[in-house]
Amino acid sequence: MKLLRDTWLVFGRYFWIFIHNPAWVVIGVVQPLLYLLLFAPLLKSIASAPGFPRGGAYNVFVPGLLVQLGLFGAAGVGFSLIAELRIGVIERLRVTPVSRVALLLGRALRDVMSIVVQSLILILLALPFGLSVNALGVVVVLALIALIGLLTASVAYAVALWTRSENSYAPIIFTATLPILLLSGVLLPLSLAPQWLRNIAAINPLSYAVDAARAVFLAHLSDPSVVKGVVIMAVLCVIAILIGARAFGRAVA
Amino acid sequence: MGTEKIAAMASGNLDGAIETHGLRRVFKTRKQVIEAVAGVDLSVRPGEIFGFLGPNGAGKTTTLRMLATLLPPSGGTARVAGCDLAREPDKVRKLIGYVSQAGGSDYEVVGRFELVFQGRLYGMSLAAANKRAAELIEMLELEICADRPVKTYSGGQKRRLDIGLGLVHDPKLLFLDEPTTGLDPQSRARVWDEVRRMHDRGTTVFLTTHYLDEADALCDRIAIIDYGKIVAEGTPEELKREVAGDVVTLTVGGPPQAALDALKGQPYVREASVEESAVRLYVDRGEVAMPAILRALDAAGLQLLTIGLHRPSLDDVFLRQTGRSLREVAA
Repeated sequence: MKLLRDTWLVFGRYFWIFIHNPAWVVIGVVQPLLYLLLFAPLLKSIASAPGFPRGGAYNVFVPGLLVQLGLFGAAGVGFSLIAELRIGVIERLRVTPVSRVALLLGRALRDVMSIVVQSLILILLALPFGLSVNALGVVVVLALIALIGLLTASVAYAVALWTRSENSYAPIIFTATLPILLLSGVLLPLSLAPQWLRNIAAINPLSYAVDAARAVFLAHLSDPSVVKGVVIMAVLCVIAILIGARAFGRAVA
Repeated sequence: MGTEKIAAMASGNLDGAIETHGLRRVFKTRKQVIEAVAGVDLSVRPGEIFGFLGPNGAGKTTTLRMLATLLPPSGGTARVAGCDLAREPDKVRKLIGYVSQAGGSDYEVVGRFELVFQGRLYGMSLAAANKRAAELIEMLELEICADRPVKTYSGGQKRRLDIGLGLVHDPKLLFLDEPTTGLDPQSRARVWDEVRRMHDRGTTVFLTTHYLDEADALCDRIAIIDYGKIVAEGTPEELKREVAGDVVTLTVGGPPQAALDALKGQPYVREASVEESAVRLYVDRGEVAMPAILRALDAAGLQLLTIGLHRPSLDDVFLRQTGRSLREVAA
């Protein structure tokens, strides 16, 4: 119970910092809007291309956007941690009896909260454009995106604690996230890809998350790929949290 | 049975104290192995203000971070606040407070929020944490800035808030890492007052500093560390007594070299040197040596212009122990 209490306290601290910075709140709302307004119109003509899955452009495109939001929304969270390392905040927290898992989980869940709210806004905004999804589907897909965000944030925090510098953190994170994203079929379905690309994508865990998200939006909630995607993300999440918490326990100046 | 009871009593008496044996810390980089702390034996008594003195890079902060559970030692043992550092870090954390050089408060956050949050991390209820924060704000005279973001604080206010964060749970032992570095003289005096008040309440204070006057003014006992090893330990008075007696400085109407020549052969003068236009003498007992110095100068036909007697400072101690002046190193 100490873990739950500590996680709640740490979450509360970062939530306070977040809502006291109006710029972040505004960016959080505007970002999904931009995705939809500036990219979605391109889809109309592509949707009729050979090999493109049926079900409407938005039902194919929005799941990919959501996964991308989960990944990119959490990849940059390490920057704030590095700033806190520098001004002694992390050291001050580590010298208290607070749970090390809570130090990671509390702040990562705050990041996940932003991602889930943004995802929900994006889904709601896409409805008038022709996205069709039922309520249960929305819940399942938000849970999936939350797992992607939690996984990415945990890894990002661990990398931030290991590197302790923006100059090392940024290249590592951005070099890693781009191929992971491209090889997940997030932008366009991998059904359009040549075989060799599909083979590489098969070992990319994120591609299973994208498959799961698409299955949900194409109204196949019972499709095995949904359970597969959620389970793979959940297992990786637990591993990443343990690694991240360990990094918090060991942070060395 | 009997020995267990004695051991329990002994550990009870050691609350707030530190005992280390052969504490070591090695940092490995790709090219070399650096021994930042090379076997430190320390004994800090409950309730005292203990000063840990040394130039930058001597191993002060590394030692402090090990004792505060932030850094695992590479070797040696330590008991902190009556608990074994290696086996019971969680117990140690509940009993100690630690204020790092950087401080630890976030610039974007309001001071009172930080204090309340810190109290909650130590298990206080929201009501108790609010009450404690209000107490600390009053005690540290932070009323005017407590409800503003930390980025609007002056250096002295921020340092007092950081100290408050270390005091939230009323620790038995407080670590302060260079608590006055970078502060103006008034703020520095305020921090000294705060440290003395903690001392009066029975808190053990372990502080590092590279200001000798600070160690001299505040500390009950001092250890000097250099190249990861303790080179001297004792009360400020004991350490100063180790340095040759008293210091006499004088100027004469004429070349100082002539005065030096007249005085350096005298039996009561241990060491003599010329510094700028003054002559500096180390003597056993200044009050006995002064009349003799006057007679010697008279006999040499030199006119005395000024003469001063002062007790050796810790700077002199440091110079003797490490071969370097701390002020030069710190600058």
